[in-house]
Amino acid sequence: MLKRLKQDLTMAEAARVPGGARVDLLLVAEMVERGARVLDVGCGDGELLRLLAETRAVDGRGIELSREGVNEGVAKGLAVIQGDADTDLADYPDDAFDYVILSQTLQATRQPRLVLEHMLRIGRHAIVSFPNFGHWKIRLQVGIAGHMPQTDNLPYSWWDTPNIHFCTIKDFRHLCDVAGARIERAVALNAWGRALRFNAPWWFWNLMGEQAVFLLSRQSGRAD
Amino acid sequence: MVETSAALEPADRAREADAPHSLVVRFGADKPLKLDAGVDLSPFQIAYQTYGTLNAERSNAVLVCHALTGDQHVANIHPVTQKPGWWETMVGPGRPIDTERYFVVCANVIGGCMGSSGPASINPKTGKPWGLDFPVITVRDMVRAQAMLLDHLGIATLFAVAGGSLGGMQVLQWAVSYPQRVFAALPIAAATRHSAQNIAFHEVGRQAVMADPDWRQGRYFAEGTNPRRGLAVARMGAHITYLSDAALHRKFGRRFQDRDNPTFSFDADFQVESYLRHQGITFVERFDANSYLYLTRAMDYFDIAADFDGVLANAFKDTPTRFCVTSFTSDWLFPTSDSRAIVHALNAGRARVSFAEIATDKGHDAFLLDEPELFAIVRGFLEGAAKARGLEIAHR
Repeated sequence: MLKRLKQDLTMAEAARVPGGARVDLLLVAEMVERGARVLDVGCGDGELLRLLAETRAVDGRGIELSREGVNEGVAKGLAVIQGDADTDLADYPDDAFDYVILSQTLQATRQPRLVLEHMLRIGRHAIVSFPNFGHWKIRLQVGIAGHMPQTDNLPYSWWDTPNIHFCTIKDFRHLCDVAGARIERAVALNAWGRALRFNAPWWFWNLMGEQAVFLLSRQSGRAD
Repeated sequence: MVETSAALEPADRAREADAPHSLVVRFGADKPLKLDAGVDLSPFQIAYQTYGTLNAERSNAVLVCHALTGDQHVANIHPVTQKPGWWETMVGPGRPIDTERYFVVCANVIGGCMGSSGPASINPKTGKPWGLDFPVITVRDMVRAQAMLLDHLGIATLFAVAGGSLGGMQVLQWAVSYPQRVFAALPIAAATRHSAQNIAFHEVGRQAVMADPDWRQGRYFAEGTNPRRGLAVARMGAHITYLSDAALHRKFGRRFQDRDNPTFSFDADFQVESYLRHQGITFVERFDANSYLYLTRAMDYFDIAADFDGVLANAFKDTPTRFCVTSFTSDWLFPTSDSRAIVHALNAGRARVSFAEIATDKGHDAFLLDEPELFAIVRGFLEGAAKARGLEIAHR
């Protein structure tokens, strides 16, 4: 409870910073210990890696699918490689990182379960943020209006979307069970990027959260 | 066809091989170069160029490694061809490898023909050019010799090592042989082993040289001949592998050379033929045929994983070096898959690695050409590395 309240203050402060980083990235950054070894899977142009380097002094690496994103990141001096979450995580040894982050990318992977299992294998912690497909706006578009949803966060038409594996917060918790992930912390953000405060039941988060951020670790006894 | 009157006579090239227009360090009998072939090369010499100033901490040295037919003249007018340095777009004041900030060293590889000991050099035991008596050398030998040069210059640790193709192989070998001496490594359009296809191309080139009657079993200096035609054919074949179908089409298409109709002969009717012949002829003017045999052989033998029981990752295990690996989309000689294999091994070894593939139709040669994205990546990577290394920002 106290932790969530503190989180809210952080988010509010962040919201006041003009031109500041995206709130979901700030939330992820807040979960990372200072000086940690971090792998950002699907790092885009390296915005989160730079934020982590500046605010948490991390030793950061990134994987990005798009060539433009990678080359921009490398030119900024970041350790970013062109690669694919679905295939390239297998190369990393166990426990290579303190945190492996998958920010707004889970829904675009071909094999989300495999990706999450690799994250838990190569990192002591995994941080996953994703758009919640159970949000009421999406439910309305599918259930009442009868078409695939398009929102500010998910602007694509169904035929050209890179997002092929949507899930709800409830679905993701199921994946955590299946993949052997222990949920250390979870935060849902509303449409304004503010964390939903209070100890609401999961169903409420699943309905009101537009995005979710999970801090995970390996379930004990499954660290094989 | 291009005039060949400017061609250097073999004797001229031999002079460049022994007394080059370069800085030279000679290692005497007390400092032999221990070769992979199991013999000591002694005495031997290394010809090199430097650019910029070594700082007081001796921490700003960048070693540039040249490719198969390159040399130490990275960023100055070439003494033989009078052309600009081969990497002037990358190395120089204000360039990505900024000579106002870094102390750049480039040495002619062992086995080369521009002043470092090679088959065109005089064998001190006979007073005649080595020819095929020169021991077969490897990329490891080249790197070992460069390390001796750096010892001589008092450079314990390199801020960075950079190079493309065979140069990139040397960069990788540096990181494997001397991980503690390399802070940052930039292998460009490189691989950790030469592929079967590449060995095959090299073999065609060598056979072309050796099939030339003027080659004389490698003793062309003594017999006053020069296997020009063989070496030119070798170069023509190799040059195709450095380009791409798209680049050849863009540059030449099917256009005729100085004529409107085919001549119904075997003249160079097509522009692309004329271009290749020119490449062959100009190459012969500046390069030694035997050196070409030795250096292609060194590339063929290159296979880092073989030195680590076939497990490439073990070569880079817990390396302290940070890497920037780059490849080009249209490079079919050292394709992106080769660079990706490097990256996978580095990841498995927990190395700090950046990897970028650059979109271009210029093929393997792209690393030598005007590729703004490559420049931005090298500049940015070195910038980040300099910060991590605590190098002072240049005052410009």
